[in-house]
Amino acid sequence: MSNVPYILRRTVSAILTIFAIIILNFILFRLLPGNPITLLYRSPALTSRQIALLTSEFGLNQPLWIQFVIFFKNSLVGNFGISFFYKEPVTTVIIPAIKNSLILLIPANLLAILLGMFTGAVSAWRRGKKVDGTILGVSLALYAMPTFWLGSMLIVMALYVGGIPVEGMYSIGALSQNFLARFLDFLSHLALPLITLTLVLYGEFTIVMRNSLLDVLSEDYIVTAKAKGASDSRILWKHAFPNGLLPLVSLIAISFGLVIGGVMFTEIVFSWPGIGFVTYTAIFMRDYPVLQGAFFLITITVVLANYFADFVYGYIDPRIRYQ
Amino acid sequence: MIEIKELVVKYKSSKGEVYAVDGLNLEIDSGLIFGLVGESGSGKTTLGLSLLRILPPTAIIESGNVLISGTDVTKLKESEMRKWRGKKISMVFQGAMNSLNPLMTVEEQVAEPLIIHENMDKDQALLRAKENLENVGLGENILKRYPHELSGGMKQRVVIAMAIIEHPSLLIADEPTTALDVVTQHRIMKLFRRLKDEFGVTIILISHDLPIVAEVADKVAIMYGGKMSEVGDAKEVVTQSKHPYTQGLIRSIPDPRSTKVIRGISGEPVSLMNPPKGCRFYDRCSQRRDLCKTYDYKPAILENRHLVYCNLFEERMA
Amino acid sequence: MNPLTSYLSQLRRSTIGMVGWGIIASFVVIALIAPIISPYNPYATSNAYLQHPSLLHLFGTNQEGQDLFSQNMYGTRIPLLVGSTAALVAVLMGLIIGLFSGYFGGILDEILMRVTDFFLVVPAIVLMIVISALIGGTLTNVILIIGGLSWPMTARVVRSMVLSIKEWPFVEVAKSSNGGSIYIMFKHILPNVMPVVFANAALSVANAIFTQSALVFIGVGDVTDLSWGNIMHFAYINGTITAGIWWYMIPPGIFIVLLTVGFIFLSTSFESIFNPRTRRV
Repeated sequence: MSNVPYILRRTVSAILTIFAIIILNFILFRLLPGNPITLLYRSPALTSRQIALLTSEFGLNQPLWIQFVIFFKNSLVGNFGISFFYKEPVTTVIIPAIKNSLILLIPANLLAILLGMFTGAVSAWRRGKKVDGTILGVSLALYAMPTFWLGSMLIVMALYVGGIPVEGMYSIGALSQNFLARFLDFLSHLALPLITLTLVLYGEFTIVMRNSLLDVLSEDYIVTAKAKGASDSRILWKHAFPNGLLPLVSLIAISFGLVIGGVMFTEIVFSWPGIGFVTYTAIFMRDYPVLQGAFFLITITVVLANYFADFVYGYIDPRIRYQ
Repeated sequence: MIEIKELVVKYKSSKGEVYAVDGLNLEIDSGLIFGLVGESGSGKTTLGLSLLRILPPTAIIESGNVLISGTDVTKLKESEMRKWRGKKISMVFQGAMNSLNPLMTVEEQVAEPLIIHENMDKDQALLRAKENLENVGLGENILKRYPHELSGGMKQRVVIAMAIIEHPSLLIADEPTTALDVVTQHRIMKLFRRLKDEFGVTIILISHDLPIVAEVADKVAIMYGGKMSEVGDAKEVVTQSKHPYTQGLIRSIPDPRSTKVIRGISGEPVSLMNPPKGCRFYDRCSQRRDLCKTYDYKPAILENRHLVYCNLFEERMA
Repeated sequence: MNPLTSYLSQLRRSTIGMVGWGIIASFVVIALIAPIISPYNPYATSNAYLQHPSLLHLFGTNQEGQDLFSQNMYGTRIPLLVGSTAALVAVLMGLIIGLFSGYFGGILDEILMRVTDFFLVVPAIVLMIVISALIGGTLTNVILIIGGLSWPMTARVVRSMVLSIKEWPFVEVAKSSNGGSIYIMFKHILPNVMPVVFANAALSVANAIFTQSALVFIGVGDVTDLSWGNIMHFAYINGTITAGIWWYMIPPGIFIVLLTVGFIFLSTSFESIFNPRTRRV
């Protein structure tokens, strides 16, 4: 296969990045004043028996390099210890949270990409016209808007209208209802966080799509298409649009960090029980194992998303496919 | 037959207005290869784009007429004009490197005019594309390739195949061989000759390179500063050039057999932002006279419809 | 011409640039004269809890009875301070890393770019939150954390510029006439990179202001000093939003949007004046 070197390079790079993240994660949590054992004692939730157990499991009384080796192995198998607060394995706390985050993140991201792609393309095509000005203005404002502020404003509006849930994933008691009622209850809870996250991401995607399409529209092959007699919509959608998508795809990968930031703050504002909300509560509970596990899983997710985006890019762009 | 009458095309920029084509007249007979020669900024590309009305958004045709087989294309509705593009008139662009869509295969791009204009189904269009590519000397192995996998010469052939697939009556080729090696240049020129002979297509060959154009063109027009300088039979313009600018151009052609130092035309090309009144070439002309400052661009008409746009011409003949 | 003077001479024709500078200048003035325009001591509590906006309290009051208008005026200072200093740290780091990486190439470039790519992939905001939570988000820490993690973009851009400038004839000439590397780098290459650096710096300020507010909002930043993020933090943790107290959070959010847009405009004006090809708005 001719694209093996490309895949191989990306794979090696992703693996190295994951290693680096594990190292960073190890160092970060040793920046804390005091050694890890005294930290354990500070946690009111743990009994001394549990502390002794944790100490031996993570080799906390051993030399640093042994601690690192243990930490490394544990990271690879997803063992981050016991949550100080929930007193359950960190993975038990985090895995459902990740799922909840994805339920919010994936549709919001897709919606934002779709909307951004189309309005960005229209904006570029009608450059300098009224439509362009409006789309650009709205996108810029949304881009410059703190997620938590936008979310809060939507909450204020929702309360004014009434009947729209502004907190959590389900109403109290909803879980005992039948599937349909439960699902509807879930959807109504999803509405505001989804709108918030979509709008926040939409701004940036639109601006990037517009800029990328403006570049494409000045390319010679667009004039060629015009000279062939292609209609405006054919030029825009058949020739310009696919080429304009390329930078967007790489942006979607890079901006996964931005998406994560957006999803975290959305979750915090709406008390959506995802990874962002878990991180937020872990900070306040000084629940370091959860914080560490959450950080690891978030960063790994981003690396994998990037890795995946590289494939998509390679698939769309024939120039990369054969490199 | 193409008649261009008093054509004015201007570009608007933040610094002011530029008249790239400024009151230009030209007649081009059907079935010929017509060379349009000038240095960059002379307005030759703008003229080519005006015929198809695919000027960039900053440019407009301000006045004048362009009659192509009797129809004034400056008056056509955009929807009508679109039906002409790629069907009656097609164009091959400067720098074929970038004139192909990097994300579409060769066959898709060559077949596209058929899909646009004839509503042909895809398989049939692709079949025609294959025939056309063979016609320009490209084999079947190229069909599914992407532009970045082709050499410059191959890309240029693809672009030509795409331009002739609808058998247009007029083909405009803008610097079709720039950036190609000499051998490929000659091949492409031969191809143009063949297209003219086989299909009777009129070809306007736009180039800065007079020798290359003279190799295939039947007639040539020399442009300078948005206006005509000299028009005539290709051989005649090269061997018996009358206009000081044309003479300068010919003197500046390097002769591989001679070690003589090339004498180019001194000075900078005229600015089209605030062009001087009278002859555009005045500042750089070695034979200028005061009356050139009021020259009205009435051509001297010699034998063989050889036109010279120079005030001093008759004076020098004496 | 010196890039800065050429920028200034063309600025007047750039509406975007003028609006950007106008917004930024207004906020700087507000920050400076906050004590004069604030009708109340922003820290002074009163019995007038959670008052609607009125002529007495333009932006209303908070749960402590503090005047929100005065708080917002004083709250302009920290975002501007953190924004500019953190951006300075980030841009200097990015500039130096980009210059060395691009100019010397080879193994140094390889190492620096691996590190840069690593920090581009790891979501910066998450890392900043975690570090702030771990070491404490004092003012200095927040500046260093934001600055120290925001340089990769600048480094990348500068590096790619240096790679092309390095090939320009005048640099080749300078090299052959025995100019020292550091000399060439700062004398010949740096001035040509500066326009891009300015554009990046303006964006960095916008990002830093944004990030600072976010860190303070979730409580890992400096929550004792007044800032827009700080006002929103207290609005949130006191549950005023879900209690329908609409006026509390509106002004700081609008100010952040305005100031961010101001710096984005500034960046756009740098880009469009120095590189007209990118003129887009």
